[in-house]
Amino acid sequence: MIVMKNICKTYKVTRRNAGFKEAARSFFRRETETVTALDHVSFTIHDGETVGYIGPNGAGKSTTVKILSGILTPDSGECLVDGRVPWKNRIRHVAQIGVIFGQRSQLWWDVPVIDSFELLRDIYSIPPDTYRANLDEMTELLGLSEILRTPTRQLSLGQRMRCELAASLLHSPKILFLDEPTIGLDAVSKIAVREFIVKRNRAHGTTVILTTHDMQDIEAITRRIILIGKGKILLDGGLDELRRGGEDIDHTVAELYRSYEI
Amino acid sequence: MTIAGLKKNKTYQKYASFFRLRFVMGLQYRAAALAGVVTQFMWGFLEIKVFLAFEQSSPAAFPMTFGQLAAYEWLQQAFLAFFMAWMMEPEIFECITDGNVSYELCRPVDLYHMWFARSMATRLSRGLLRCFPILTVAALLPAPYRLMPPCSLSAAVWFVITMLLGLSVTVALCMIIYMLTFFTVSSLGLRLVFSCAVEFLQGAVIPLPFFPPTLQRIMERLPFASMQNVPLLIYSGSISGAAIWRAAGLQIFWLAALILIGKNIGRYAMKKTTVQGG
Repeated sequence: MIVMKNICKTYKVTRRNAGFKEAARSFFRRETETVTALDHVSFTIHDGETVGYIGPNGAGKSTTVKILSGILTPDSGECLVDGRVPWKNRIRHVAQIGVIFGQRSQLWWDVPVIDSFELLRDIYSIPPDTYRANLDEMTELLGLSEILRTPTRQLSLGQRMRCELAASLLHSPKILFLDEPTIGLDAVSKIAVREFIVKRNRAHGTTVILTTHDMQDIEAITRRIILIGKGKILLDGGLDELRRGGEDIDHTVAELYRSYEI
Repeated sequence: MTIAGLKKNKTYQKYASFFRLRFVMGLQYRAAALAGVVTQFMWGFLEIKVFLAFEQSSPAAFPMTFGQLAAYEWLQQAFLAFFMAWMMEPEIFECITDGNVSYELCRPVDLYHMWFARSMATRLSRGLLRCFPILTVAALLPAPYRLMPPCSLSAAVWFVITMLLGLSVTVALCMIIYMLTFFTVSSLGLRLVFSCAVEFLQGAVIPLPFFPPTLQRIMERLPFASMQNVPLLIYSGSISGAAIWRAAGLQIFWLAALILIGKNIGRYAMKKTTVQGG
């Protein structure tokens, strides 16, 4: 279970006007501005839920995921993931979660994918039987048998994302954070990724928290939506409640953004 | 085995596995190794030539025998990858400045230990791939250029021990630079200043015995002298007897101190860190 209570996080951003004079001036004196990324964010997610975490760019989605995965320390507020405070005992916490950042890669660039997997096996101290079972299952579901022996640098984006998914689930995490997992993928790969996530959730009861701008992802994977804008939670509810008759999901969400002026 | 022992063993295995992958990776870059061997061989040859001219002009001012100097130069070139401060891991800098460090932080491992194992593996694989051709050829060269054998068996053993210590000190020093990168947007300035200072102070440009005595006494006590200076001078007998124990002791002291400093900067960085690029 994930509980977030009144989490706040601010960043310092340096600002200056254009031009050489301004640049020279900022060498001596920097104007910094505090930007609020999260403003008293609270929610609770139960085991086995699939949650879509949506909002426009800069709303605070990635910050939330980074706090939940123990990478960032919030300024204030409480957060418990299965009874653990993520940033307090990072190493113990991250052993129980899986994370995918769609815009980054966790696989080693110059070596075959299987080498990266075996390294992860040792890093997470995965028992041999569990590793074997997980690897077999994912090789089959994601169609990896052809590409496991290929170096990561020679994979297409779609192939790489399938390997990334497998990599983040090898240690059977109870919670999976997906930060824009389908970004840049073609239609076939998108569908493969979505179907796999749904199957994984059904078969293993993995809690899925998904951030995305692709509303088809939301429709295919999640049951519940949390809408965040300007660092505040604006809406938290079932997907069906949101939708009005007949309208497609993209319009619904665009309408939502407009109505909240975010 | 006790449960605590087993747990410890598992932890060790994580870093060992990390080390192994990195080591194997290093061995696959064959063209780079070949180019390195050729460059380092030419460089060593030139350096010895310069010192030869120096020795011929004023033999009395030369602080060691020419054979010792030739050994110093060849070993320095053969094990360049062990001690050169500027050979840092570009990927570590990249992942800090572009935010990919997020993934590293999502692993149940200590960032410091993981990067330490990684740097050790890269340097060891590079060094081992390159040292044998250089050492073999250098040992077969005619007189003033020839690499002499170690001056005794105990010197050979101490050479290996202090070389591994020196390698660890080098890596521990680089770790401090990695950790400082968390606080700056571009690490280039930091790396440049650091590399130049270390090269000079560790005796990579001119061996420390060639410095004026007062300066030399100060430099010998700095952490930089605990890198290549100690093993290379032990090999040729410039450091011997009780001085070996003192030098090795100082290496261990600096290793511990640098690790402590690096770890603490890292701990502070983790609290303050902002991940760049969304």
